[in-house]
Amino acid sequence: MDKRDYLEDMARKIRYYTMDEIGRLGVGHVGGCLSLAELLAVLYFGEGMRVRPEEPGWPERDRLVLSKAHAGPALYAALALKGYFPLEELHTLNRPGTKLPSHCDMNRTVGVDMTAGSLGQGYSCAVGMAKAAKIRGYDACVFAVIGDGEAQEGQIWEASMAAAHFKLDRLISFLDWNGKQIDGTVDEVMSLRDPAEKWRAFGYHVQTVDGHDVSAVSDAIRQAKADTEAPSMIILKTTKGKGVSFVEAAGCGNHNMPLTPEQTRQALDELAGR
Amino acid sequence: MGKEMRAVLAEQLLEAMKSNPDIAVLDADLAKANGTIGLREAFPERAFDVGIAEQNMASIAAGMASYGFIPFIGSFTAFATRRICDQIAISICYARQNVKIIGSDPGIAAELNGGTHMSVEDIGVLRSIPSIVIFEPADAVQLAQAVPQIIAHPGPVYIRLFRKEAPPIFDPASYRFDLMKADVVQSGRDVTLLASGIMLAEAMEAARLLAAQGVGAEVINVHTIKPLDERTVLSSARKTGAVVTCENHNVTGGLGSAAAELLCGQAPMPLERVGVEDHFGEVAKLDYLKRAYHMTAADIVRAAKRAMERKGSS
Repeated sequence: MDKRDYLEDMARKIRYYTMDEIGRLGVGHVGGCLSLAELLAVLYFGEGMRVRPEEPGWPERDRLVLSKAHAGPALYAALALKGYFPLEELHTLNRPGTKLPSHCDMNRTVGVDMTAGSLGQGYSCAVGMAKAAKIRGYDACVFAVIGDGEAQEGQIWEASMAAAHFKLDRLISFLDWNGKQIDGTVDEVMSLRDPAEKWRAFGYHVQTVDGHDVSAVSDAIRQAKADTEAPSMIILKTTKGKGVSFVEAAGCGNHNMPLTPEQTRQALDELAGR
Repeated sequence: MGKEMRAVLAEQLLEAMKSNPDIAVLDADLAKANGTIGLREAFPERAFDVGIAEQNMASIAAGMASYGFIPFIGSFTAFATRRICDQIAISICYARQNVKIIGSDPGIAAELNGGTHMSVEDIGVLRSIPSIVIFEPADAVQLAQAVPQIIAHPGPVYIRLFRKEAPPIFDPASYRFDLMKADVVQSGRDVTLLASGIMLAEAMEAARLLAAQGVGAEVINVHTIKPLDERTVLSSARKTGAVVTCENHNVTGGLGSAAAELLCGQAPMPLERVGVEDHFGEVAKLDYLKRAYHMTAADIVRAAKRAMERKGSS
């Protein structure tokens, strides 16, 4: 299997286990999880992160901040596939006493590098982490994922100003530009207009790629790492709910959607090519 | 002439940064006002500005703490607390990041900056956030001894800092500070005065005035409002049977509320609360505001008498 096929297969597996995980519970942030499958595949199984699942606390590891922390279930699927914890643990999502809460919590989940959930804050935390890594002299990257709706938070722009000011070239950020949020499309609710222009004006190295093309995402990360002056923003053009037809079709209704056992079976069949 | 509180804090931070490579100091364009700007000369990497962006400052500090740093973040109390309440709750406390928060010019100490800069609610806001320690120094000796303990405490601490020169209260030769233990500054058997920050000096003056009238006031400096040293407070309250709280904060939400919660549950008795009586601040000098807001020693004396009169009838 070549690299591209391998990463596409990992993205498919991340989707499969995410749908299984949320389906068992019957409700969850399906849309924003599915839009990130290719990115998570590249980060954990391709170009992305230097980590040691057998030594999750390795100080000099690359770290990921899922600032749009409601996509936690997709990250948990990737972490389980990477070997941080057994796949069966995914069945505990949002059950009482679980280590896998809806929104990422570094104190509960092995492999999660930052707690987030109050939108905007995770991105500032990532800036602090990149700053800290720089002071420590680590040759490590901090990756951060923000949502397009999340970019309506003012704190995102405070953080962006600081990242460029501090020349945090090892901060590699992704905007999940799926264009949808709870109350409607991003353009209807509060348009970002041209996010590439915005981050360029803030002093970022900006790229816009197809977020569902594993090769394009890998190349963009390589380019971002090559820039040793400025922080990077990789704008991922994505589809909310990508990969499961009825979820995609639900549009803005797929942000936090209920799943019947029949729907879950249908989704898993579709993802398994059955 | 004694030292300004901000100078004492900066000295302590400088010493700490020399011996501990994990200490960092972040400011939001008030490093000159808070006295921390000088730290940048010695430690340009670990002492820096984030601009006028307090929310960002709090979360950046949280991110640094996840790498083992112990960041101090500073601003005026209003902007270091109420403005960034959610960042303190989630980025710092919920995520268990070891960040220390310096808020200067508490309550009416904001003087000529006026109502927008007067935090009468900061203790109330933070006291309801789990895990945070709330500390308000009363003088330079206490502050100097507190900083190493604040650094050693493995979690978020809010330092509610009067930044100018405070009247000396504690004797550096004999005073032994404990972050978790209130100080009995003066013993008495008739009424307990619980005081914090700049109101400790007023409470001590009130105790002198009461003594002249034959009333023995026990003065306790509650420098750490959360967690409240329940043992010391209860032991004194049970002895005297009447309590007055004295704080530079709204009487709702701060020390007065903390004392009320404790006493109602464990030892119901007359309680009078001296402080800002549930209104906003305004521009004026400290002495004027103390008088206008009924926060002087004379007001504490009157409150003590009211509390004592109610003994046995409540």
